[in-house]
Amino acid sequence: MKFTPQDFKSDQEVKWCPGCGDHAVLAAIQRALPEVSEILGYSHERYVFVSGIGCSSRFPYYMKTYGFHGIHGRAAAIATGIKVANPTLSVWEMTGDGDSLAIGGNHLIHAIRRNIDINIVLFNNRIYGLTKGQYSPTSRWGTVTKTSPFGTVEHPFNPGALAMGARGTFFARTLDVELKLTQELMVEAATHDGTALVEVLQNCVIFNDKTHALITDKSVRADRTIVLRHGEPMIFGKDGNKGLVLDGMRLKAVTIGENGITKEDILIHNAEEQNHGMHMMLCEMEWPDLPVALGVIRKVKDRTYDDMVRDQVTEVADKSSIRCVNDLLRSGATWVVE
Amino acid sequence: MQHKVIDVKDVVIRFSGDSGDGMQLTGSLFADASAYFGNEISTFPDYPSEIRAPQGTVAGVSGFQVHIGSSAIYTPGDYCDVLVAMNPAALKSNVKWLKPNATIIVDTDTFDEKGLEKAGFQTNDPFTELKIKNRNIIAAPITTLTKDCLNNCGLDPKSGLRCKNMFALGICFFLYNMPLKHTEEFFRKKFSKSPEMIDMNNKVLKDGYNYAGNIQAIADTYIVKPSKQKPGIYRNINGNRAIAWGLMAASEKSGRPLFCGSYPITPATGILEELAIHKELGVKTLQCEDEIAGICTSIGASYAGSLAVTTTSGPGLSLKTEALGLAIIAELPLVIVDVQRAGPSTGIPTKTEQTDLNQALYGRNGESPVAVMAPHSPSHCFSTAFYAAKHAMEHMMPVIILSEGFLGNGSEPWRIPDMKDYPSVNPPIVHELEPDEPYFYPFKRDPETLVPRWALPGTAGLEHRVGGLEKNHKGAVSSDPLVHEQMVEERAKKIELLAREIPLQKVIGEEEGDILMVSWGGTYGHMLSAESQLRSQGVKVGLAHFDYINPLPRNSEDIFKRFKKIIVFELNSGHFANYLRTKFPQFTYLQYNKIQGQPFIVEEITEAINNLVK
Repeated sequence: MKFTPQDFKSDQEVKWCPGCGDHAVLAAIQRALPEVSEILGYSHERYVFVSGIGCSSRFPYYMKTYGFHGIHGRAAAIATGIKVANPTLSVWEMTGDGDSLAIGGNHLIHAIRRNIDINIVLFNNRIYGLTKGQYSPTSRWGTVTKTSPFGTVEHPFNPGALAMGARGTFFARTLDVELKLTQELMVEAATHDGTALVEVLQNCVIFNDKTHALITDKSVRADRTIVLRHGEPMIFGKDGNKGLVLDGMRLKAVTIGENGITKEDILIHNAEEQNHGMHMMLCEMEWPDLPVALGVIRKVKDRTYDDMVRDQVTEVADKSSIRCVNDLLRSGATWVVE
Repeated sequence: MQHKVIDVKDVVIRFSGDSGDGMQLTGSLFADASAYFGNEISTFPDYPSEIRAPQGTVAGVSGFQVHIGSSAIYTPGDYCDVLVAMNPAALKSNVKWLKPNATIIVDTDTFDEKGLEKAGFQTNDPFTELKIKNRNIIAAPITTLTKDCLNNCGLDPKSGLRCKNMFALGICFFLYNMPLKHTEEFFRKKFSKSPEMIDMNNKVLKDGYNYAGNIQAIADTYIVKPSKQKPGIYRNINGNRAIAWGLMAASEKSGRPLFCGSYPITPATGILEELAIHKELGVKTLQCEDEIAGICTSIGASYAGSLAVTTTSGPGLSLKTEALGLAIIAELPLVIVDVQRAGPSTGIPTKTEQTDLNQALYGRNGESPVAVMAPHSPSHCFSTAFYAAKHAMEHMMPVIILSEGFLGNGSEPWRIPDMKDYPSVNPPIVHELEPDEPYFYPFKRDPETLVPRWALPGTAGLEHRVGGLEKNHKGAVSSDPLVHEQMVEERAKKIELLAREIPLQKVIGEEEGDILMVSWGGTYGHMLSAESQLRSQGVKVGLAHFDYINPLPRNSEDIFKRFKKIIVFELNSGHFANYLRTKFPQFTYLQYNKIQGQPFIVEEITEAINNLVK
């Protein structure tokens, strides 16, 4: 059966602020699902969208699929339970930087560590929007908000680096304004076996407007970001003449044709490399030193938690002589009273 | 020498030693052997929370009490007939539990200067110091004798010293004319991969037995004759295992696979461990990153169609509080097991209490009542878990089981039921839309029971959204004041209506009269023993022991009406008494409370009643 984006739109009125980056992510996912459905052979009833609390967590209401709007921070745990209970479902977690990196940080890292086969879309606007503008775990050092009137004095999390630290198998990054790339990455995430974390750098027009503008603004985007593609050289820039090379232990941006640099000197992206050293460096790139990495940064094969749980159940059942509860009750040491 | 064998009706033996001395195993083996012999039994482990507290100190003493009888046994016993004390600290910490004529078995090798000092004795005569000089004391150099025994058969005495507890067990077996067969069988199974361990344990056990036969200290031995039990297949079971099995039984009956998301916590961990080994029946267990993930993964699994359970103790229930509210408002089936321990906070993790009742009933934000059940004995945990799961699934709501450390770790013989005697479980799973539904209405209720339907993801055409926001019957988010009030009322009413399905409350003893004793949960055995003692003394009382707390059985009020005085016995400051005051304020409730991390002793219950009669 062929689907269109329209097929995944619920009848609920979308209540995000006009101009919010969330609208674009919703559109990208609704556009991605027909393709995902074709690849996996799924239709509506196989999708479950789970969320926590926050603006982005309203997401499930807008999808014509199964949905669970959970409690603050716990979406990863709820999604994990759904997937383990029924591995045939395509389970999506919609979450924000407050939801999954502050109150839900523990569940996020453990979902990634287990490599449970769910797709996590992390809307990173570096602010608490629904509670009207407090700093979040991804707010940059010195951010002035209602709860940090003199600027924050704490280091922000880098979600990609966190995922690498938890031995994640999939990490991708996109911008809310890059609708086509977002759509492409959602398909990649959905078809990856294991925890797929997609970070969307998303704008909050009300409480943190233009937080990503230094890299997302159309006039500078090509020079300040790099879209990584597996097997292709790490080249960026509006003229396509900038690239990344290794300089000792660090990445360095260079210009092809300058200082004797040729195209052959540029690093080739390998998203499938098990060692995450290079992926970690790519995740941590920040403008102005380096372009911000977009695209699939890491995608490696590993066994998934839900598969292993299922296999263990089958394996143990095959060996056991206990077939039902009556057998169980009579197993081990018993005695008969005549 | 010829021993006289004396018949006794029942006997209480307390095994005590250092927490590394294997006293839990020793006690369990004695209990198992007695059960096989045909006695009624009840056991109670009493151990410190430190895995290995400083050796030889009073803080590190671990105990295991066994009560065996030739007729019905309801409790592990208050005071003991025999105390096995493997070191001076064990003697010191247990002397308060001795009956006046108790026999004491000690390992004299540990009663050296160092041992006495560690236990805090002032003199080198602990017996005089504890004023137990003239008791029947079997003072045996158990460590030396074990060493000799192993030496003689060429076994390594150093590694073998750990089985000196078996020497003490041998003495007890002799004292009570117990066959060794069952314990030998246990060694054969347990050490099937290392035959020298089988030999070593058997040898030490037998040497202990023979040693007791040869010494002068034992003049007479005793026998507790087998009891007249209902024919059937029996096994020993503890409360934690019974909970796990009851849930598996409900899973089988309902056809819903069992999922347990949990986090290790004393004294509830045994349930998770038991479920984890039974994958053959399709059980999925997830040891989570924390208590909150325990309940949230379970809520997810429930949404996806599993019989979901999360197991914990008091502090864990506190952490699960917010998510429990989510299960209530999303109207999903969920079983929450709280094996209570002494609180608040970390409290005394290994000690039993009933102090989580208020938390279970009221500990959430918003209007959020929840069904609460309490098992009354280790084996009763099985049917409690079964029915909790049945109610949760058939009524689409969370049900809390309030077990207790005393039940979870305590064990008793259990006549194994046949699953065909248990009722069916019929969760309201829906497969298609009703004629008047353009799309699935997740909170459309059965008009009779107010129960909504269970639509499982994967079912085409029933896509819908649930969650923590208040919604109307159609599933749309709603902050309409009247919708909210109606949904609150319906969720509460749904629990109240469960009262139609649960058994009527029974009264043991007098059906009406002067005094009604009221209790709930794990105090049942002590209450029952007290009632029967009072009856034999001519004091007439009734006992209403509640297994269902919310809702209460529908004849509760009628029962209270029939008595002049009501006294509520609890291992807390009066949670149930206060609950009854809100439910039936027309009655006066007297209270008897104990908050010591210990079960009641029968004597204090009878004394409380006798004082009331005066």
